[in-house]
Amino acid sequence: MPTPILMPALSPTMEEGTLARWLKKEGDAVEAGDVLAEIETDKATMEYEAVDEGRLGKILVSDGTEGVKVNQAIAILLTEGEDDSALDAAVQAAQSGESAGASGVIPAPGDAPTGQSPPPQAATPPPAAAAPEPDAPEDDEPVYDKTRRQSVREALRDAMAEEMRRDEAVFLMGEEVAQYEGAYKVSQGLLAEFGDKRVVDTPITEMGFAGLGVGAAFGGLRPIVEFMTFNFSMQAIDHVINSAAKTLYMAGGKMGCPIVFRGPNGAAARVGAQHSQCYASWYAHVPGLKVVAPWSAADAKGLLKAAIRDPNPVVVLENEILYGQTFDVPEAEDFVLPIGKAKVERKGDGVTIVAFSRMVGVALEAAKTLSAEGIEAEVINLRSLRPLDTATILRSVRKTNRLVTVEEGWPVAGIGAEIGQVVMEQAFDWLDAPVTRVTGADVPMPYAANLEALALPTADRVAEAARAVCYRSQA
Amino acid sequence: MAATRRARAASSGSKGAPSLDADQLEQLYRDMLLIRRFEEKAGQLYGMGLIGGFCHLYIGQEAVVVGLHALARPGDSIITSYRDHGHMLATGMDPKGVMAELTGRIGGYSRGKGGSMHMFSREVGFYGGHGIVGAQVPLGTGLAFAHKYHEDGGLCFTYLGDGAVNQGQVYESFNMAALWGLPVLYVIENNKYGMGTSVERASAPGDLSQRGAAYGIPGKAINGMNVLDVIEGCAEAVEHVRAGKGPYLLDVKTYRYRGHSMSDPAKYRTKEEVARMRAESDPIDQLKQRLLTDGVFDEARLKDIDRDVKAVVGEAAEFAQHSPEPDPAELWTDVLVEA
Repeated sequence: MPTPILMPALSPTMEEGTLARWLKKEGDAVEAGDVLAEIETDKATMEYEAVDEGRLGKILVSDGTEGVKVNQAIAILLTEGEDDSALDAAVQAAQSGESAGASGVIPAPGDAPTGQSPPPQAATPPPAAAAPEPDAPEDDEPVYDKTRRQSVREALRDAMAEEMRRDEAVFLMGEEVAQYEGAYKVSQGLLAEFGDKRVVDTPITEMGFAGLGVGAAFGGLRPIVEFMTFNFSMQAIDHVINSAAKTLYMAGGKMGCPIVFRGPNGAAARVGAQHSQCYASWYAHVPGLKVVAPWSAADAKGLLKAAIRDPNPVVVLENEILYGQTFDVPEAEDFVLPIGKAKVERKGDGVTIVAFSRMVGVALEAAKTLSAEGIEAEVINLRSLRPLDTATILRSVRKTNRLVTVEEGWPVAGIGAEIGQVVMEQAFDWLDAPVTRVTGADVPMPYAANLEALALPTADRVAEAARAVCYRSQA
Repeated sequence: MAATRRARAASSGSKGAPSLDADQLEQLYRDMLLIRRFEEKAGQLYGMGLIGGFCHLYIGQEAVVVGLHALARPGDSIITSYRDHGHMLATGMDPKGVMAELTGRIGGYSRGKGGSMHMFSREVGFYGGHGIVGAQVPLGTGLAFAHKYHEDGGLCFTYLGDGAVNQGQVYESFNMAALWGLPVLYVIENNKYGMGTSVERASAPGDLSQRGAAYGIPGKAINGMNVLDVIEGCAEAVEHVRAGKGPYLLDVKTYRYRGHSMSDPAKYRTKEEVARMRAESDPIDQLKQRLLTDGVFDEARLKDIDRDVKAVVGEAAEFAQHSPEPDPAELWTDVLVEA
């Protein structure tokens, strides 16, 4: 049966075009790859090549015709053993739009009669049956009876060492992680215990070693990639997002990327604008990533161990100022914290204060001040920014009816903005005051000591915000 | 499936051309023809609106990946950029699954969620399919890091285009690969144009094969339009990497007949240039002539191969058109591995 030649789509957006010129005449022999015609698309003039071989039997659309619809028959090709006697019927069929079947006019996927209505325009997945209801009773963390005092720095080191003992595929790479034992001494003792195969000093080459780490994860390893600080991860962010976070989805679930990106995030002290930035909202924005931000040493150990074991890419946002602070850390052999679960650090019914990383300490300090004034604040340590434990936040807001969020980062499109929106959508009727954000100032970080102090949230500012949502003035 | 039987070049241990028997030569021919016919069909389906978005065809470059893959062993890994259909077919991935991914159907390698540029098959060692120019180079270097870490004897064939050679991360990778002696073969598929910009207009004068020289990475230029030249020319580089001597860089000169992507009218080069390459340097015609002249096959045998390959591609296109679109629920799956 003669094959109709159809008007091709020659760009992603083309719906119709102009048949500028035929380069073959009726009766010409056609080889696969021969240019049949020139077609003007919405973007350019393109050559249209033959896919099948045969003889051009009949031209249906002549030179210079405008507005030719994609998939309209423009000519008839006679293939081996066919002569002109087959043409008439084919021309008729083509012109009456019954050309399907020969080379096959298949409806585009969008037109396919799938029998299904279009999916609802939801921005987030339908909640899983297991998702905790805000009304459900609080799922308190188990009490660990044996603890010991440890710095955040030591807790992170122990987390890595324990996981490296547990799994040969785990290795640490980054600048100064091995011989120097970490720019902030987080990897002390790891080179001595695990050797230079598993504790790898890299050149200063963030994009290169972040990509290399992702490739190693594709190849079956479980890399821990340390950024000396997250400020430098901007050099490598393409690999964190495009190579690590998106691969599982793009592979239809066939290949994922178990990798940890960790290092200090946020403002240190007096290091200026390029070295003082919070990346929480940057990474929390990205589906395919998990993002945690530990505050205490127990958070640091439990969350980093969970991150290393997780089959997904996990960003662990540490904080340089916290490295030297000490906390009680459970001694239990297999202490791991679940990613996606916040912790209520202090109970109260007057106002909810939500914070993460170093700001948890700031929030607790503010809570102390407020308590002396008769306001009992409930302080939530988020621990995890993606997934965000909205159930714990909503449960608290339904109790206190007031919410203050605290973060070092900038306000625009920040973590507080997201939490405020979630609360508005899901607890609007429980609110007795607008959700209030305490954030870093919307400026690059200044160097001058007085200005730097003004740029960061303080316990005083948090307390002031809490009073405001309680409609109270300072006692 | 046409590409299950691989034309493995016998490693003679010498630096000369590995000798190929008739079966192996036939396989090379079949594999190149499969890529050619597959890509032509993909172009046709694109024209019919069944394939959308970006679609980068490999037509003209077939000898590069087919020749290099003849030097690969099971356990090696392969990674490339977005012009990746040829690599998948040469590596032995199922044409049906590849074509169905192009049409965005559930039967595709990525269940329709990846598209032309994003398919993966750990079973055959194919690690994508990456859409950001140059990003596959550190990724491939990382695969090589994993080969060395596991001491599995494998190497990573890391393909990049001539357009990628000016990305900084390529040199970050060269540095680490040389520093740590990683088993990685960098293959520049130099088709003379990065999108619409010729090599001369994009790269400072110099031999691209020597771009690794500052890192002590040996390099070599190869005629990529003749599959036997590719095998003969690249054998030494593959042996070098396999022997644990670190990375090697190949500048394989090739040519793409089609535009950069489907919507490229290719005005940056003359029709005569394309026509001359097709007429004088076509990799499939060259091997065909050689096989006929040497009496390895007769015309009838070649016609049989032609028919077989056409059938495989036809079947792939059929499958790709009739495999259903992914269920709407698929929108939400595969974002994270459930721990």
